[in-house]
Amino acid sequence: MTDVASRLAAKRGAIVRNQAFWGVVAIVLLLAINVISDPGYLSIGYNSETGHLSGNLIDILRASAPILMIAVGMCLVVATGGIDLSVGSIMVVAGAVSMELLSSMDGTTGDAVLTLAVALGIATALGAVNGVLVSVVGLQPFISTLVMMLAGRGIAKVITGGQNTTADNDSFAWLANGYIVGVPVVFLLAIVIVVLVALLVRRSALGLMLEAIGMDSRASRLAGVKRRNLQLTVYSASGLLAGIAGVFATASVMTVDVSRTGYQLELDAILAVVIGGTSLAGGKFSIGGAVIGGLLIATLDKTVVFLGIPASATPAFKAIVIVVLCLLQSERVRSLFRHRRALRAQSQKEAVAA
Amino acid sequence: MTGAPPIVEMTGISISFPGVKALDAVDFRLFPGEVHTLMGENGAGKSTLIKALTGVYKIDEGRILVAGEERHFGGTADAQAAGIATVYQEVNLCANLSIGENVMLGHEVRGPFGINWKATHRAAAEVLATLGLEQLDLRRPLDTLSLAIQQLVAISRAMVTRPKVLILDEPTSSLDANEVANLFTVIRRLRDQGVAILFVTHFLDQVYAISDRITVLRNGGFVGEYPTRELDRTTLISKMIGKDFATLRSLGSERQSHHYEPRGEPLLRTEDLGRKGSSEPTDLELHKGEVLGLAGLLGSGRTELARLLYGADKPDSGTVWLRGKKTDIHSPTAALAHRIAFSSENRRDEGVIRDLTVRENLVLAVQAKRGWFRPLSRKEQDALVRKYLTELNVRPADPERPIKLLSGGNQQKVLLGRWLATEPDLLILDEPTRGIDVGAKAEIQAAVAALAAKGVAVVFISSELEEVVRLSDRIIVMKDHRKLAELENGPHVTAETIVAVIADEGDDEEGDSE
Amino acid sequence: MTVTTRPPTGSAPGPAPSRRSLADRLGARLSALPTVAALLIFVGMIIYGEAAYGRIVQFSTLSNLLVNNSHLIILAVGLTFVILTGGIDLSVGAVIAFSSVAGVMLANAGWHPAAAVLVMVLIGSALGLVSGVLIQYFGVQPFIATLATMFLARGLASMLSTVPERLADDSSIRELATQLKIIDGDKVNDLVITPGVVAAVVIVVLGFLVLHRTRFGRTVYAIGGSEQSATLMGLPVPATKLGIYVISGTLAGIAAVVYTSRLGSAQNITGIGWELDAIAAVVIGGTLLTGGTGFVLGSVVGALVLGLMNVLITRDGGIRPEMTTIITGGILLVFVILQRVLAARRRAEQQG
Ligand SMILES: Nc1ncnc2c1ncn2[C@@H]1O[C@H](COP(=O)(O)OP(=O)(O)O)[C@@H](O)[C@H]1O
Ligand SMILES: [Mg+2]
Repeated sequence: MTDVASRLAAKRGAIVRNQAFWGVVAIVLLLAINVISDPGYLSIGYNSETGHLSGNLIDILRASAPILMIAVGMCLVVATGGIDLSVGSIMVVAGAVSMELLSSMDGTTGDAVLTLAVALGIATALGAVNGVLVSVVGLQPFISTLVMMLAGRGIAKVITGGQNTTADNDSFAWLANGYIVGVPVVFLLAIVIVVLVALLVRRSALGLMLEAIGMDSRASRLAGVKRRNLQLTVYSASGLLAGIAGVFATASVMTVDVSRTGYQLELDAILAVVIGGTSLAGGKFSIGGAVIGGLLIATLDKTVVFLGIPASATPAFKAIVIVVLCLLQSERVRSLFRHRRALRAQSQKEAVAA
Repeated sequence: MTGAPPIVEMTGISISFPGVKALDAVDFRLFPGEVHTLMGENGAGKSTLIKALTGVYKIDEGRILVAGEERHFGGTADAQAAGIATVYQEVNLCANLSIGENVMLGHEVRGPFGINWKATHRAAAEVLATLGLEQLDLRRPLDTLSLAIQQLVAISRAMVTRPKVLILDEPTSSLDANEVANLFTVIRRLRDQGVAILFVTHFLDQVYAISDRITVLRNGGFVGEYPTRELDRTTLISKMIGKDFATLRSLGSERQSHHYEPRGEPLLRTEDLGRKGSSEPTDLELHKGEVLGLAGLLGSGRTELARLLYGADKPDSGTVWLRGKKTDIHSPTAALAHRIAFSSENRRDEGVIRDLTVRENLVLAVQAKRGWFRPLSRKEQDALVRKYLTELNVRPADPERPIKLLSGGNQQKVLLGRWLATEPDLLILDEPTRGIDVGAKAEIQAAVAALAAKGVAVVFISSELEEVVRLSDRIIVMKDHRKLAELENGPHVTAETIVAVIADEGDDEEGDSE
Repeated sequence: MTVTTRPPTGSAPGPAPSRRSLADRLGARLSALPTVAALLIFVGMIIYGEAAYGRIVQFSTLSNLLVNNSHLIILAVGLTFVILTGGIDLSVGAVIAFSSVAGVMLANAGWHPAAAVLVMVLIGSALGLVSGVLIQYFGVQPFIATLATMFLARGLASMLSTVPERLADDSSIRELATQLKIIDGDKVNDLVITPGVVAAVVIVVLGFLVLHRTRFGRTVYAIGGSEQSATLMGLPVPATKLGIYVISGTLAGIAAVVYTSRLGSAQNITGIGWELDAIAAVVIGGTLLTGGTGFVLGSVVGALVLGLMNVLITRDGGIRPEMTTIITGGILLVFVILQRVLAARRRAEQQG
């Protein structure tokens, strides 16, 4: 009896200590706040003519797609003990390339496919440049990707000539605005990609290798782990995923705004990863956690708009959340908690003995 | 001498690190005007005791009295202010600064316009002169000096504050006979001035040459405190290594009687293998089933040579033949593919991955060798883990426990398992028994002997010369990053033989250059 | 027994002074080499600019170079401290944004200008302190901690305002950018300085003195060499590390004052990418990104090289201004890669 109880308690403890759990709680809380201010908030409409679902929840899912992409990429990079500050800028480059190409084409599906291939190819290449700088040249990740973050936006401006380019292509726009069985295509695509990445990482030994590098790169090198290849892979993957995010973000309005598209989205990506329980110091990572983090951020953004709070306050709020989560992850605070738990356990034991 | 009250008195000191009890109720006393040696094998807790005294580590239990008052220092600076100067085991200087700056860091002479560099350099020169280093150029960057001179500079630095207590943790590990003699003159002079000196060394000769009193530690425990003249060498050794002395000796005799004979083609042969700045061009040969010992002082180039063999550092000269074929071993990955495995001396930073479990640590190298896209199935992993946890007697045998919660000895066994799982033909072990308890040590030594019997070639590196002598078929003695001599092991070879080789060579050189 | 006869490299107690070769002397000065290189590049750029576009070597251009880059010089001094310890401060650009928006709004709200300026500087110190505490007491990596402060500062700036905030025309803060003629040349070719330039010069001199003439400065270098050694040597490592982030933040606050007074307005997007400019200035000036070696004066040269580059790009007209960040980033990467190559060389040679 007590055995079962204590096992249950232990399990509950593990869940509560899991940060992603708190992410879910936060999402539920935010939704609850919305429901309080508008009881019909969660209702999902069905348009029998087009067969589309509509409603706030659907909007949140749609908005979360780009964040999920960069969050998953960031998660892999962070696992190796690195960081990718350039995701927002790679998004805008991919968007700029797409819009420039499409604006000079006819609007056929073939054009869209070609454009997609070129944009994602360039995004992957920029990611690979980060990867080479980090793995082969041996620069600190934050320097390499900081340069890419600032230069990337410059590249996007050079591509569009400083303009905010607009284009027309229905197939391309469908990626962001279309529906399959009533659900937005972007969200379905995002989920499919996330699941593919998660399967690839967890079913192979890639996850273990990435964690090994992030925890102790010297030891893993001596154990024969090919750090260079793996770093090159994750930074390229992060670039590719940022490219997809960029396509999602621009396809929905078919415009690239060279100074706004992807602006400060590295903040969202990092926040999503940290909310998911992955430490920025590297090592153990959780893609599922990053997904929850991404959903939470999308929910937060929508809530802020919905409640009419000035959106300009959200970046500062997000930054504070990052700081707090960093503090919670730090050794000093953890040992404080451990100490308190130990004290409590001891007093419990004493109580039992008495 | 013992009439005066002790200047330092530590009682019941305990310190734990995750998985290791580094000190367990240790007592220690230090009197003014004495040289007190702290003895114990690697990992016995000597450095930890020193860091407990100076406050680098917080003590879990115990009391520290300095000059009769209970003190808890917050770090080196605090201790220094109380008159305790320390030269820690790791050379603790800043390679980016000059000699003069290093000696005076934190004690620069200040004038109305900030630091007075002229006066500061003058003070530095004075201190260096007391150690016979007056010809050193104060403005020279530290990283252009040999490890030995850096060691002496570090000692000079400790004397800048004119301490009442001077702590030297293995200061002689990279010094030659001359430099040691020089240092001892200074130590004797300080002692006669009433300074209390705590000295850590592995060299028995030095202990008997300089110390008045000995405290012995074993496995973090306190063994005893003895006046040097009442403790003969054999007793001292047996106190240091404990009752397992006999077991180890029998193991040793077995290996020593095993006579090395070249059997056909060597497994590995190198010619002029070297790397600028870390390893002079070296020739060596290694056969199947042979244990090759690498002996030498700390910093003599043993580790550097081992790293070249494994491709952990890239050689920039020389050729390697593996199984008769010219082979390029440019990275650990390449080495593993050629069935070479290497266990680093730095278990904490280059060995275990602390946050991974025992299972993950154990399969890591095998998995890396296969590539990440060909994962070992869970069943394969479990089989490997079970095999090595049993074979090497890892306690607790729980594969899902984070490895950081295991004791040092068991971590080392898991690491050995990691390398054995790759089924190497050549296994390079750098200090595999450093800092672990006697039981685990004996088990690892037995495992090495068993491996050799199965035909694996082993390169065995250890600071404990006795251990090298016990286990090896052949011994390469190193000094100053090069191979000094190669000895066939046999009943006539002892630790003293190796020491003599190292010392002799130094004298020869001197004869040549004068 | 094989005994080779090569004289031991390390067992003689140091080479006699007479044996000190030219190479040794150069070795001792080797750390200054990149700074000298930066100086040569600067001179080369001036010569090239004069030859290609003309009107570079004249009072007005050179004093404008100083006036327009004094805030960058101040930032670079702060970052020199941070980078010397092997740390980084990514927040400086955002700190400027927050500090200047806040300052302008306070001044326009009727605060005494001196009080507004003081608040601007203190905002910098406070944010620096936040980074420092995160790094020193909570063990957060410097780039993460300062990245968080960067997001925070930028977010706070956006909370205050998202449009350009203009400083009132009669605000005495603008007087901090008054141009004082030193030499009255013909037409507009005058040698002028502003209080901002004076502030930059004073800060450079103070920075130099602190680094080379105080124990605090020596500790900064020691931490950059090896933090563990510095701790074991008994140096005040925690206080020093905290101190350098406060210094960097404070100097960012001062840079905000200098920049705002010159521009007369502030916006939440001011200073995007300035952290990159400042890091580039420091690195071009010869400070190792890994810490331990470098000079404040080098960073000044680095800042001037970047400033001159902007002048040349504007003069050329053929290069689009969007390219500037790409070029700056490229230069930074080239220098960092050079540093790594040189460091590897040096290590190999000196250990031999
Ligand atoms: N900072 C540390 N963290 C974890 N374990 C440590 C640390 N320092 C020492 N140890 C462990 O404590 C034990 C004693 O080490 P040490 O005092 O260095 O031994 P000695 O100086 O006698 O060779 C060893 O098992 C070592 O691995
Ligand atoms: Mg020790």
